Amino acid sequence: MKSSVMRISNITMVGLRAIARNKMRSFLTALGIIIGVGCVIAVVAIGNGATKSIENTINALGTNYIMVFPGASTSSGARMFTSNSTLTADDADAIKNECPAVAYVAPTVRSAAQVVAGELNWGTSIQGVGVDYPLIRSWNVADGSFFTDQDVKSAAKVAVLGKTVADNLFPDGQAVGQIVRIKNVPFKVVGVLEKKGGNMMGQDQDDVVVAPYTTVMKRLSGKTKIDMLQVSAVSASQVQEAQNEIDAVLRQRHRIGPNGDADFQMRSQEEIAQAQGQQATILRMLLICIAAISLFVGGIGIMNIMLVSVTERTREIGIRMAIGAKGRHVLLQFLFEAVTLAIVGGGVGVALGIGASLIIKRFLQWPIVVTPTSVALSFGVAAFVGIFFGFYPARKAARLDPIDALRYE
Amino acid sequence: MPDKVIEIHGLTKVYSMGEVEVRALAGVDLLVDVGEFIAVMGPSGSGKSTLMNILGCLDRPTNGTYKLDGIDVSTLDRDERAVIRNAKIGFVFQSFNLLARTSAVENVELPLIYGDLGWSREERHKAAMNALQRVGLKGREHNHPSQLSGGQQQRVAIARALVTDPAMLLADEPTGNLDSRTSEEIMGIFQSLNDSGKTVVLITHEPDIAQHAKRVVTVRDGLIQHDEQVKQLRVNASGIAAPAAPVPVEATR
Repeated sequence: MKSSVMRISNITMVGLRAIARNKMRSFLTALGIIIGVGCVIAVVAIGNGATKSIENTINALGTNYIMVFPGASTSSGARMFTSNSTLTADDADAIKNECPAVAYVAPTVRSAAQVVAGELNWGTSIQGVGVDYPLIRSWNVADGSFFTDQDVKSAAKVAVLGKTVADNLFPDGQAVGQIVRIKNVPFKVVGVLEKKGGNMMGQDQDDVVVAPYTTVMKRLSGKTKIDMLQVSAVSASQVQEAQNEIDAVLRQRHRIGPNGDADFQMRSQEEIAQAQGQQATILRMLLICIAAISLFVGGIGIMNIMLVSVTERTREIGIRMAIGAKGRHVLLQFLFEAVTLAIVGGGVGVALGIGASLIIKRFLQWPIVVTPTSVALSFGVAAFVGIFFGFYPARKAARLDPIDALRYE
Repeated sequence: MPDKVIEIHGLTKVYSMGEVEVRALAGVDLLVDVGEFIAVMGPSGSGKSTLMNILGCLDRPTNGTYKLDGIDVSTLDRDERAVIRNAKIGFVFQSFNLLARTSAVENVELPLIYGDLGWSREERHKAAMNALQRVGLKGREHNHPSQLSGGQQQRVAIARALVTDPAMLLADEPTGNLDSRTSEEIMGIFQSLNDSGKTVVLITHEPDIAQHAKRVVTVRDGLIQHDEQVKQLRVNASGIAAPAAPVPVEATR
């Protein structure tokens, strides 16, 4: 027993020496596996990161979050998308007053503008919202206070800054009480929001200025309709009920029958997350397919080189057989060579994949999660590829006739 | 221990090439005692190579029996023959057949890797170093074949053949790629190994080389034509680095 274990270790040494003798070729052979495994690791890490961040977003927003968009409107029987919004601030009030399952409603208008404070300026998105906004988004004011209902009613020129905007315009941290100019309209800064970080798409959520929607409509965008309603149901279990109530109220207000096409659309946070989760899954499947193909191609590369190697070393095989190597020894030697190439390639690929994931995380600010499962799995697949594609050349070597092999030039 | 290294009776080998059957050996009988130095001669096509392949357990006879060191090897399968080759036969080839880019000592260790002796790395290394010393290559142990002359490469091959302490050395045209002076040196090494008791079987077509053996067998048309004891042509020991009293491998273990 001892001697057979020792003989296996001898044969592995023989295989390692053969790899070391042809460093460049060994590297090129392993490259296919390196790239394949690296791809799998990085892709799975990105996919997991996306899934995780979607979960985080759901948890952060709460599962009772609903968005109401103006949707396709029907004109003379033809369904068409229109840039004219069909939602009004009165719709928001009606929903809040008439829907028991709805806790908060915030009309929302979006705009983008350059914000100027003294010598500094910063291009950002302007969100015109209602006073319920911090409650709906569970987003507290870190410094100062949010604007009031009175500010909304009077279209007061007040603004609450996101952390990123505040940091860029007021590096000394004294934002509250200062004046910023947006499209030449002076706004008084009443508060700064808590830092929220990136969202699931990697966008900085703190790069925003929040102002009363009335002010934004009147002073900045000139719009008369609102872009979207952000709604919060009383609880997660009442999201569906709230959606039904909103549907009824809006149909009544917009004079659309129960069977007519609605001129608005609703998305609960769960639906959004599901849709994005599906996208992430599809993307991940696609990338895994590509990675699997590249692993397969890598395996063929190994087989190709091993076949060349067997032919090239026919003489060597003959010598080994003449001095007592059994077919099994030769088989193991070549199989071991192939598996070593695959496993070392797999190891380098894992390192490369993790490295790539970290780079993506750092520079693209994507959330990335490298799981031990994906590492173990791709390692296992690499070893399997080595055995699978190494077996045929190894068997070919093992079946050589020593007399012919010794005579081979 | 049997007193015969080789016992061959009625050995035939027939190659069938489609319809045609080629009779390479037509019934060979041969007995070789322990400690003999025998040369097998014959022109090409005589069946000499076929006999060498069967003697070396690289091939199986069609009919007849072959006992090597008391073991009937004529019916063994591939793997069993590999074990016999490893334990009983030390090959020396015309073209040296060393592994390239592999040091002399690693080449010599090679048969021990496949053997069943259960030696440790250190034991294998020591045995290989001793074998290299016996063929006069002390100090060249870590050279690669490309850094050695033809004669030195053949000495490495002889050391590799010796390292398992086989029942016989089987040398197939060992001087075919060497000049005459180096050939003499190599034959001198075989003679001194034979003097210390090793059985040597030499396959050659050169009468000059065959004269270094004690017995010459001539093969023609698949049969043994002549079998005679000859007066051995001794190589002058000067210039050959073989030690005066070679040490058997067992003694160094």
